Amino acid sequence: MTATTERAVGSDVRRIDGPAKVRGLAPYAFEHEVDGTAVFVALVQSTAAKGRITSIDTSAAQALTGVLAVLTHENAPRLGDVADEVVVLQSDRVQYVGEPVAAVVAETSEVARDAAARVVVTYDAQTPDVELRTDRDDLYAPEQLMAGFETDSVIGDVDAALAAAPVGVDITYETPNQHNNPIEMHATVARWDGDVLRMWDANQGPHNLVPVITEAFGITEDRLHIVSPYVGGAFGSKAYTHVHQLIAGMAAKVTGRTVKLELTRPQMFTLVGHRTPTIQRLRLGAELDGTLTAISHEVVEHTSQNAEFAEQTATATRLMYAAPARRTTHRLARLDVPAPTIMRAPGETPGMYALESAMDELAVVLGIDPVELRLRNEPDRDPERDVPFSTRNLVACLRQGAERFGWAGRDPRPGVREDGRWLVGTGVAAATYPTRRRPSAARIEAVPGKPYVVSIDASDIGTGAWTALTQIAADALRVPMDRVDLRIGDSRLPKASGAGGSTGITSWGPAIMAAAEQLADRDIPAGGLTVTGEAGPGDEAEQYSSHAFGAHFAEVRVDRDSGEVRVPRMTGVFAAGRIINSTTGRSQFLGGMTMGLSMALHEESVLDRTHGHYANHDLAEYHIAANADVGEMDISWIDEVDDLHNPLGAKGIGEIGIVGSAAAIGNAYWHATGRRVRDLPITPDKYFR
Amino acid sequence: MREFRYEKATDPAGAVALLAGEPEGAYLGGGTNLVDLMRLGVATPDVLVDVRQLTSTEVEDLPDGGLRIGAAVPNADLAGERRVRERYPLLAQALLAGASGQLRNRATTGGNLLQRTRCTYFTDTTMPCNKREPGSGCGAVNGYHRNLAVLGATNEGADSSHTCIATHPSDMAVALRALDASVRVLGADGERSIPIAELHRLPGDDPSRDTTLAHGELITAIDVPALPWATRSRYRKVRDRASYAFALVSVAAAMDLQGDVVADVRIALGGVAHVPWRATVAEDLLRGGPATEAAFVAAAEAELAAADPLSDNAFKIPMATNMVTRTLVQLAEARA
Amino acid sequence: MDNQITLRVDGADTPLTVDTRTSLLDAMRERLGATSAKKGCDHGQCGACTVLLDGRRVNSCLVLAVTAEGQEVTTSDGLATGGTPHALHDAFVDHDAYQCGYCTPGQIASAAGVLAEAARGWPSAVTEDLVADATDLTDAEIRERMSGNLCRCAAYANIVPAVAEVAVEQGVRA
Repeated sequence: MTATTERAVGSDVRRIDGPAKVRGLAPYAFEHEVDGTAVFVALVQSTAAKGRITSIDTSAAQALTGVLAVLTHENAPRLGDVADEVVVLQSDRVQYVGEPVAAVVAETSEVARDAAARVVVTYDAQTPDVELRTDRDDLYAPEQLMAGFETDSVIGDVDAALAAAPVGVDITYETPNQHNNPIEMHATVARWDGDVLRMWDANQGPHNLVPVITEAFGITEDRLHIVSPYVGGAFGSKAYTHVHQLIAGMAAKVTGRTVKLELTRPQMFTLVGHRTPTIQRLRLGAELDGTLTAISHEVVEHTSQNAEFAEQTATATRLMYAAPARRTTHRLARLDVPAPTIMRAPGETPGMYALESAMDELAVVLGIDPVELRLRNEPDRDPERDVPFSTRNLVACLRQGAERFGWAGRDPRPGVREDGRWLVGTGVAAATYPTRRRPSAARIEAVPGKPYVVSIDASDIGTGAWTALTQIAADALRVPMDRVDLRIGDSRLPKASGAGGSTGITSWGPAIMAAAEQLADRDIPAGGLTVTGEAGPGDEAEQYSSHAFGAHFAEVRVDRDSGEVRVPRMTGVFAAGRIINSTTGRSQFLGGMTMGLSMALHEESVLDRTHGHYANHDLAEYHIAANADVGEMDISWIDEVDDLHNPLGAKGIGEIGIVGSAAAIGNAYWHATGRRVRDLPITPDKYFR
Repeated sequence: MREFRYEKATDPAGAVALLAGEPEGAYLGGGTNLVDLMRLGVATPDVLVDVRQLTSTEVEDLPDGGLRIGAAVPNADLAGERRVRERYPLLAQALLAGASGQLRNRATTGGNLLQRTRCTYFTDTTMPCNKREPGSGCGAVNGYHRNLAVLGATNEGADSSHTCIATHPSDMAVALRALDASVRVLGADGERSIPIAELHRLPGDDPSRDTTLAHGELITAIDVPALPWATRSRYRKVRDRASYAFALVSVAAAMDLQGDVVADVRIALGGVAHVPWRATVAEDLLRGGPATEAAFVAAAEAELAAADPLSDNAFKIPMATNMVTRTLVQLAEARA
Repeated sequence: MDNQITLRVDGADTPLTVDTRTSLLDAMRERLGATSAKKGCDHGQCGACTVLLDGRRVNSCLVLAVTAEGQEVTTSDGLATGGTPHALHDAFVDHDAYQCGYCTPGQIASAAGVLAEAARGWPSAVTEDLVADATDLTDAEIRERMSGNLCRCAAYANIVPAVAEVAVEQGVRA
């Protein structure tokens, strides 16, 4: 080992992949294999939401010069036994508008797209059912929720407690269908080298895809090689295998060529998942002093015909506040829509919007400051699991946030502050996100005089993992960062968990540390030395309730003539364990908070009830926040180390920034205008209701 | 996208001659709308005649103090043009409120006028749309129509071949409508000048036609007549995002204020109709009357009285009323 | 239909045969292997494909390659001179003005365009005095002018100071 160096972890080092990214030289999926030999795939999508294909005429497509193949359910290779939601081109059944029904492979992308438009498909179509309502008679309770959560939870006699409470609120909130929409559209480059399938792919961890793709093509793991060094955002949509990856594999097999399949932006609305809409009934009962006596959070949401995706919307409510009587429920409607998927903080994002809006409304009824109301209901143990929190610093976040934002002395009255034609208000909301870790392995190759080669199939989807893992490795090896040569994003590297659930650092970091441990105090022979290390969950999840916490404060301005909403400033304070890199960590919180702003003001995917399609399926109509929508963003964190959870003391920071952000803005909107908008997004039209 | 030939001509007359023999051909300007529509399969020309370098990129003074804007002047250059900023603030503001910096650099003045609706049923070839496919019906009336027309639309039900609730997407055209611009057009029979009021048309019984231009007619320039009191003018756009979004409602207005009296006024609305909507009812009520907020509200309400909204776009009526009112108040308060 | 053209991208002339339908963006990414400019929507709705065309920022997805013959195309990569990064490159790294990096080359090409437009004194939708002689790229001005470049990682609050830093260097911000 070389001399001990200054600690890299906790510093503000710049992104090591930054210089390549700013010039556009870091290769994303589509940008591999650019020698001109690749051919291109274009998809034909179902216009029926439900029914059967009665005919496919590919003759006009095949007649075009340059067309190499047209795959349909009649001629496509048979796939192995994969989950229904990724079964594609295997039968005449269609289950949502946009489902691929044919794929054209051609020498150029222009010819492929033209040919795809010439494939004529007829359907025996049925009327789609895409409307989520609470009065549907087919709502059902799933076996369990995503991530293994119980569908329902009940403690005490909730109805009696609600009836007996001196003060209460009973309010229904709605959050819309949303789409992840990373700016890099999903793309796969695929080639069969003999019996080895090679893919350059946009995903959240190559190993995440291995089970489905090997099963689909009937190959063993050693015959699948997925390369994904750089990924242009994901937010959940790139976590799982989707149909396009299997189509790319099929197209490469049929043509024997390197194929490139890049989704179009409209296809991003149907083929890679979305966040379910939710309808959430919140009932809170409280004493006059604000002490909660009952919490009831009932969720209705949707899933698709081809998948059961049960978003864990009310699970944060199970731990946020103390109350003796408490209940959460989740019910699903199975609709003729594409399969939902995870989208940044699935569950917490819509669920905490509702809970934190209801807490604000309760504070108003009680005449208690909304920060104070939260402080008065701070539990000393996890209120449903009855275990201690490993660390819980929500109170510190609220206090520090209030201080930084200038909350003290806030006039609670709504609709009374004006600045010219602007109505001005402020709002607060709390945040939480679970801390988890998953099994991962890492390898370190040490050769005297050379940098340590640290290999792990981790994924950097913009999180800063390239940099943070290099920092962790440098500290673990006690060398400067430039003595670490990190390799990630390759299925042939040691298996690691995917980037998701804010688990990257808590899972990958300890694996690298475990590998480095193998080198401690060992002399490295001239021929080099290779060690591996593994890390994963222990019993911390049973012993403790581990969560990151945070507090959002927002100022909102509403134009009293137009209803336009602006958010000139936000303050976010987080308690999220050890922050590995203060620069990239701040960006994670910033990105989450801003995506929450985008959720609050802009985002909604509209399902057309007649045709069953997403009507606003592009970035001109599905609005995400633009630069001008974002004002001053004040971000800080509590000095916290959670050693009880993992050896890094970290908690994961990719998702908590979005949780509660929209509620703070909604609460500020009320404070500005005196009007509650309880169905996101808060677009200008809703001012005129 | 369907295959097409790409042609250049040496002068505007040559381009007109070229396209006259190409019934499925189209002119290519900046391409910011046409190329997009071709990629979507909405526009399927078999030949593109590139006119970017044929028509003028100059802004010239007209003898009356107005301006002649070459059809190929990029939107960005027009907004940056000092004479536009000084004489017609509403036009500069309308241009700057449209699209993005990148698009404004590429989009031309002539092309901007000929933008097609962003109604999502028009841009999706799998959906019914009378504008794109006459007789196929209208998907929007019973679907996603939050940002569609409330004035001058035709709604005879989703299955009618007349139904169309599309809006015209241009910001610039709203300002030019308020300014009574005229459009110089070259056709096979020579040049003519069309008042902008007669360029765009309501859907009527043929929603497929956005304008009164005949096939092959080429916009060569836009003339903006002098309007000395347009120095007291303003363009106000309400949209879902703070920037880079089409109008929910926009207002272009200019006021000739004599003391406390509205000697003359121009008002046009965007985002509410198939055409840039000139608020003549409001103008007539205001002209010669007091420049008071009450008068402005009454005029705006009178203009919007003809509105016929659907379930999800009714908000445009109070929004437009408020925005007309507020814009006029600001003009009345502004220093000339 | 095929056309023979020569594209000049980042100072290099390359003769190639393109379909008339080929966009400048696809010509770069699929024919030339020049992948600095990104595809984020292909409809002029995101700005990831922004390049400078004869010095002006445009969406290269909406430019037909055949029309770009004889014009100078500059991507973010081409803003670097030799091995030396452009001031915007350094500023984006220093301010962590990105996360995934995919929209970033478009942001940077766009920012270069913003600086040039400001130097010409062009106003924006948030400019109070339309007839001012010079442009001051305040934070509000940068936000508005950079709004044609969407960033889903939402690094906007870092992009603004990055552009501001270079604007000061170039004398278009007080």
